[in-house]
Amino acid sequence: MAAAEEASRPFAGLSDVSISEDIPVEGDISVPVGSTRRDDEFSTLDEPVKETILRDLRAVGNKFIHVLYPKRSTALLRDWDLWGPLLLCVTLALLLQGGAADSDDQGGPQFAEVFVIVWFGSIIITLNSKLLGGTISFFQSLCVLGYCIMPLTAAMAVCRIVLVGGSGTVSFAVRLAVVSVSFGWSTFASTAFLADSQPPNRKALVVYPVFLFYFVIGWMILTFSPSQ
Amino acid sequence: EFEEAAELLSADPGASTLSMSSSKNTTTAAATAGGGGGGGVGGGGEDVKLDLSDDEEGQEESSELLGGQKATGGFWTFEYYQSFFNVDTMQVLDRVKGSMMPLPGRNFIKHHLRSNPDLYGPFWICVTLVFSVAISGNLSIFLTKMGTPTYHYRPQFHRVTIAAVVIFMYAWLVPIGLWGFLTWRQGSERQIGGYSFMETVCVYGYSLFIYIPTSVLWIIPYEWVRWTLIVVAMVISGSVLVLTFWPVVRDDTKVMAVATVVTIVALHTLLAIGCKMYFFQTAVHVPASDPTAQPIQLTQATTHH
Repeated sequence: MAAAEEASRPFAGLSDVSISEDIPVEGDISVPVGSTRRDDEFSTLDEPVKETILRDLRAVGNKFIHVLYPKRSTALLRDWDLWGPLLLCVTLALLLQGGAADSDDQGGPQFAEVFVIVWFGSIIITLNSKLLGGTISFFQSLCVLGYCIMPLTAAMAVCRIVLVGGSGTVSFAVRLAVVSVSFGWSTFASTAFLADSQPPNRKALVVYPVFLFYFVIGWMILTFSPSQ
Repeated sequence: EFEEAAELLSADPGASTLSMSSSKNTTTAAATAGGGGGGGVGGGGEDVKLDLSDDEEGQEESSELLGGQKATGGFWTFEYYQSFFNVDTMQVLDRVKGSMMPLPGRNFIKHHLRSNPDLYGPFWICVTLVFSVAISGNLSIFLTKMGTPTYHYRPQFHRVTIAAVVIFMYAWLVPIGLWGFLTWRQGSERQIGGYSFMETVCVYGYSLFIYIPTSVLWIIPYEWVRWTLIVVAMVISGSVLVLTFWPVVRDDTKVMAVATVVTIVALHTLLAIGCKMYFFQTAVHVPASDPTAQPIQLTQATTHH
């Protein structure tokens, strides 16, 4: 209270000041617009739609490249987005359709089951990592786990192509090799991105669920058998 | 004693406190500074916990729902759940080893948990068990039927859902029931000798670990191997449970004590045999309209393929 009174004292005299109506008052009130403001980057209303879409596509593509050559980089973490994981999840779920009699309940996973496993699996792993004291944020972790499904989705596409040629022992061996390699690649890529954010004596506790997650997805891919 | 500790804390809020508890639990030092893990003060007698984290919760009484052991903050805060994941890799591995090698006289809760029950072990062991049972069951059926020309491989993915429901219900409802029953029987002596809810869930979760390698080994198609494995697993796992709960229960009347232990063992046996019957036997669940039903029952009866 005392401070406010003290602040108002310098202006005490101004309350008597007024401008008489004889004196013309004119001027121009305008806010000067700086030419080099950073707002230009955020004001995307005027750009063509193609530009907007391409920017997001470039960001997603950039992250795919980072998954292909996993190094300890923060690119995936800094600008996270969930477009890539959504795209990969939908592609994987679609490729897993058309399996052995999927109207019968003895078949492979339904479309919704794949979604549930991927998204709820990622959420549970993220919660697990945060509860163990990890410093990564929720959506960053979802982003990393989702993007690292890419090798497995590629393996699924390869498996379907191989299955077109036949479903004998040779094709099974090829599929097993492809799925194993991509499973290892996914796990390695995601741990490369997630490793730094975990407390050091709990790393194995955080990596094991990731391993289990990609193992289950790899299992779903490997056991996909086409309908006859 | 409380005023003294509060004065010390207000003088230096960052310090961690060490307290000697009066009960027979081992002393626990206030843990992790940073990272949001509030310090828990061990001890069964104290009801008021001092929260050392910097968030706006400040000092507040913890909820007594869980026996007043590790809870910090209210159940709506993240730190509350973080206190159940306060384990390191070596601790988890040590607990898993303890669940596989029950020695008489070594109470799992007193020896391995030491008033730091965690939810990491039970949860991920249950998840792993769900997938190992479903996948191994699928593989075993595949190996059994591989020679039959009319057999077409099916992933049977719906079994994962069934396995998940059964195993999670067992791992959560049975401890709830058992803890409730033991607490009711103990009456007013709840703090002395009783186990908290988290400890009960923890010991049940870790006792399920032995079933993971067992379910993988069940792929071997010989019946006598499977029955030997299941008996061994049930003995180990059941004895962990019995050794843990017998000291608590033996103070009760003889009839109730024996009945409780028998119920624990019976439920455990039911789970093991139920899983084996459903996931690993082929003869029972093939539909009658399937023309391959007859040859399958014949191949099930033989021990060599």
